[in-house]
Amino acid sequence: MELTINGRTRHVDVPADMPVLWVLRDVLGMTGTKFGCGMALCGACTVQLDGQAIRSCVTPVSAVAGKAITTIEAIGDAPAGKKVQEAWIALDVPQCGYCQSGQVMSASALLASNAHPTDADIDAAMAGNICRCGTYERVRAAIKQAAQGAPIGGKGARP
Amino acid sequence: MTTVSRREFVTVLAAAGGGLLLGYRVAGAQRAAPTGATSPDFVPNAFIRIGPDGGITLIMPQVEMGQGTYTSMPMLLAEELEVAPDQIRLEHAPPDDKRYANPFFGEQMTGASSSVRAFYEPLRRAGATARAMLVAAAAASLNVDPASCRAQKGVVTHTPTGRTLTYGVLAAAAAALPVPDKVTLKEPKDFTLIGTPAKRLDTPSKVNGTAQYGIDVRLPGMLIATVAASPVLGGKVAGVDEQKAKAVPGVRQIVRLEDAVAVLADHMWAATQGLVALVIRWDDGPNAKVSTADIVQGLARASQTAGVTARRDGDLTSALVGAAKKVEAVYESPFLAHVTMEPMNCTVHVRKDGCEVWTGSQVLSRAQAAAAEVTGFPLEKVVVHNHLLGGGFGRRLEVDYVTQAVRIAKQVDAPVKVVWTREEDVQHDVYRPYYYDRIAAGLDPRGTPVAWTHRIVGPAIIARYLPPAFKDGIDIDAVDGAVQLLYDIPAIQVEHVRHEEPVLNTGFWRGVGVTHNNFVIESFIDELAAASRQDPVAFRRALLGKSPRAMAVLDLATKEAGWGKPLPRGHGRGVALLYSGWGTYLAQVAEVEITGSGDVRVHRIVSAVDCGTIVNPDIVKAQIESGVVYGISAALWGEVTLKNGRVEQSNFHNYRVLRMNETPPIDVHLVRNGEAPGGIGEPGTAVTAPALANAIFAATGKRLRKLPLQSGLARGAVEHRP
Repeated sequence: MELTINGRTRHVDVPADMPVLWVLRDVLGMTGTKFGCGMALCGACTVQLDGQAIRSCVTPVSAVAGKAITTIEAIGDAPAGKKVQEAWIALDVPQCGYCQSGQVMSASALLASNAHPTDADIDAAMAGNICRCGTYERVRAAIKQAAQGAPIGGKGARP
Repeated sequence: MTTVSRREFVTVLAAAGGGLLLGYRVAGAQRAAPTGATSPDFVPNAFIRIGPDGGITLIMPQVEMGQGTYTSMPMLLAEELEVAPDQIRLEHAPPDDKRYANPFFGEQMTGASSSVRAFYEPLRRAGATARAMLVAAAAASLNVDPASCRAQKGVVTHTPTGRTLTYGVLAAAAAALPVPDKVTLKEPKDFTLIGTPAKRLDTPSKVNGTAQYGIDVRLPGMLIATVAASPVLGGKVAGVDEQKAKAVPGVRQIVRLEDAVAVLADHMWAATQGLVALVIRWDDGPNAKVSTADIVQGLARASQTAGVTARRDGDLTSALVGAAKKVEAVYESPFLAHVTMEPMNCTVHVRKDGCEVWTGSQVLSRAQAAAAEVTGFPLEKVVVHNHLLGGGFGRRLEVDYVTQAVRIAKQVDAPVKVVWTREEDVQHDVYRPYYYDRIAAGLDPRGTPVAWTHRIVGPAIIARYLPPAFKDGIDIDAVDGAVQLLYDIPAIQVEHVRHEEPVLNTGFWRGVGVTHNNFVIESFIDELAAASRQDPVAFRRALLGKSPRAMAVLDLATKEAGWGKPLPRGHGRGVALLYSGWGTYLAQVAEVEITGSGDVRVHRIVSAVDCGTIVNPDIVKAQIESGVVYGISAALWGEVTLKNGRVEQSNFHNYRVLRMNETPPIDVHLVRNGEAPGGIGEPGTAVTAPALANAIFAATGKRLRKLPLQSGLARGAVEHRP
C-alpha cells in the first residue's frame, strides 16, 4: 500500500483495516502520534488528512490512500503549525506533554481554516482533545496568540 | 534503535528562540560514570557531570510527569552552579536509592508534592559544591585567590584581570580536587534564577513529537503485546482457546500467566485483534459477586467502631455535652481511576545473563526490584531506563505493570513491549480508595464550634506501601489534611478506622488523603456556617485567628473572586481552604451554575496560594490550573463502580473527564514570601471538590455529601445524615 506522509511516499505492507495510528507508530516508527483510547474519544492520536484533523486510531489505512497525511513530526513545516508550536513554547502549554501532539495537530488544523477563531470555534475544534494535566486554558490562550500574528491563510481565513 | 554510548544523545533538541538543549538518554544508554573513575569528566556528585568539551549534564533524581521537575530541579542546580538553562542537558537518573533517594522517603520516589520541598537544599548544595571546586581549580590555575574569582554562566572570571576559564577547561583539574565539606549557599536576594518564571526545558520536545515516553520505545526484534488480566481481582485463567487468535495475521505468540493472558504480535493492531479473538475462560475467585454497595456496607459498619486517634485536643466529652447544638454528617468519596493519558506500558528484554527494562516510573528503584524479583537476577543485572511519564498522578508509584511485563517477557525470546489498552488501564488501576467519614461538631449558642470529631474510615495505604512510615497504627496519609485542621476549636478529635476491602487494589491518587479529607472538612465547615446562619467566609475567618497565612489566602481569594457580589439565579459561589502536610495554604472560590436540566457548569475558579518560597511562579500557576481541572473531573463525575467484581467503567465515554469546552477560567494569585517551600502538585485537586460542593449548596440549597457531585444532583441530593 502506498501512503503519502509528510510529503513523502511510503510503502507499507499492512492489513487494510489497520488503523493509521499503528501504521505510523509500529510500522514506520513515527512515535510522535500517541495512543490514548483507541475509540476516537481523546484525540491523542490526531493527525491531519488533507489538512483536516482526524483521529488516526479509528481511521483504517485503506481510507487514506491517495490522500496527504501530516503528522506532528512535520506540522512545523506548515505556516499554521509553526505558529502553533511557537505559541505553545511561548506560553509553556505542555505539562506531561503526552496529549500535546494531538492538541497541536487539532489547533493547527483549526487555524489553517479559520485564522481568527472565536472561543466557540476553539471549543468546537478542541473539545475532542483530552488533557489530563488540564492545560486547556493555556491551549486556548496559545491558539489566540498564534492567531494574532500575520494572517495564516487557508480557505476559510477571515478578513 | 541500536545501542548508543553515553554521550550519544539521540534526541538533542534545539528550542525555537531559546537555543535550549535538552538531551535524553535513550534505550541502551549506559549508566552515568561512577564518581572518581578515570573519566576526564568532572563529577562532583550524583547530579552534575561536566565534560572537557564543556557539556554540562544535570542528572534528574525526580521524574518529569508534567509537574515541571525537569525545570525546577535544574533551576536549583543551575542557580548555585552558575550556569544558564540554555547551557545544560538533562539526563534521567538510573535506579539507585543510594544516590538518588528522595530525602523524604529514603528511596527514589517522585510523589506527594515533595520534589521542591525535598530537594530545595540538597540540589542547591550540589550546585554550590561543584561551583566552589571549579572556582578553586581556576584560582589554582591562575595562581590567584579564589575569593577574587567569580563564576557566571559556565565561566570563571578572575575579576581584577578579567582572565576567564570555562567550566569545560576546568573540568579535569576540578575533578582532581577534594570535595569540600562545607559550601556557602547564595542568599535568596542574590538569586537570579530561583523565583523567576524560567521557561520549561521540556516544552520544545513536547510540541514536535520528539519527547520520548515509555510507550515510544523501539528495539530491534521487539514484539508488541497487549494483555487481558482477570476482570475480577483474585481471579485466574481457567482456560484459553488460542486458535482464532493465532490465525490473526501478525500474531506471534500467546503467553499465559496465572491471572492474565498476553497476545504478542508485530504491532499493536494485530495484538489487539488477537486479544479480541482469544477465548478466555476465567475462574473469578472469591470476589465474583462483589458490588460497590457491599463495600459501602462494610465501610459503614466499620464506621460504628472506634479508630486510632490521630489528633486529640481539649475535653471532647464536656465540650459536646455543653454544646447548644450538635451537627452530624456522613460523607462518602468513591473509588477513582487515574486515567493517565499514556496508558500503562513497560518494555522488557529478559536475556540469559540479565534483564533490561524501559518504562516510565515514579519509583525507579522499585521497578528495578520488581524485575529482579520476577527474574531472580541480582539488582545489578537489571538495567532500568526511565522516560518522560505521560501522566503519573500516583498511578506510576505502583509497579504492577512492570511486574506483569517482566513475567510475560520471561517467556519470550525477544524484547517485548507490553501496552495496556485504555480499557485494561481503567479496569486494572490501583484506585483511590473509597472513604467513608463520620463527622460531627458542637456549636455554642452563638453558633461557634466548640467541639469537632472526625472519623475517617478507609484503608491504610501507607501500611502496605511504606511500612516504616506506618507508626502507632496511624496512616499519616489517610489523616493528612484532617489532623492539621487550622480552625481554632477547643476540642478536636480525628480518628482513622482502618478498613481494608481487598476486592480492588487501592493506592495513591493525586492528593489521596488530603483530597478526600478536604472535601469532608470544608464541606462540613460550610454546613456549620449554614447551621449558624453565617456567611461561609466570615464563619471561617472567625476561626482563623491563629493562622495568619491561611487568613491571608482566604482574604485574597475571596477579594479577587468578588465574594458577596450578586450572581444570577441558579449560580452560586463556594469557598474552600486547604492546609496539610504539604505545607501549602490554598484558598479557592468556585462559581457554578446549575442549568435547567440539572447539569453543573463551572464558570470560574479563583485560587490564592501561599506555598512559601517559589522556585518558578509559572510552574506553580500551571500546577494549580492542572490540579483544578483534575479536581473538577473527579468532583463532578469521577466514580469507579463494581458489579459482580468487575469495574463497570472502561474508557472516556463512561469515565468522564473535563474537556476544553467545559473548563472555566482559572485565576491563580500567588503570595510571595520567604517561608520554606510547600508542595504544589496536589493542592489544587484537593481543594476543588469542596469549593464546588459549597457553590452548589449556595446555588441550590442542596448539601451534597457524596461524590461525585453531578450524581447527587441527578439523584435529588439524598440526605446522608445518620
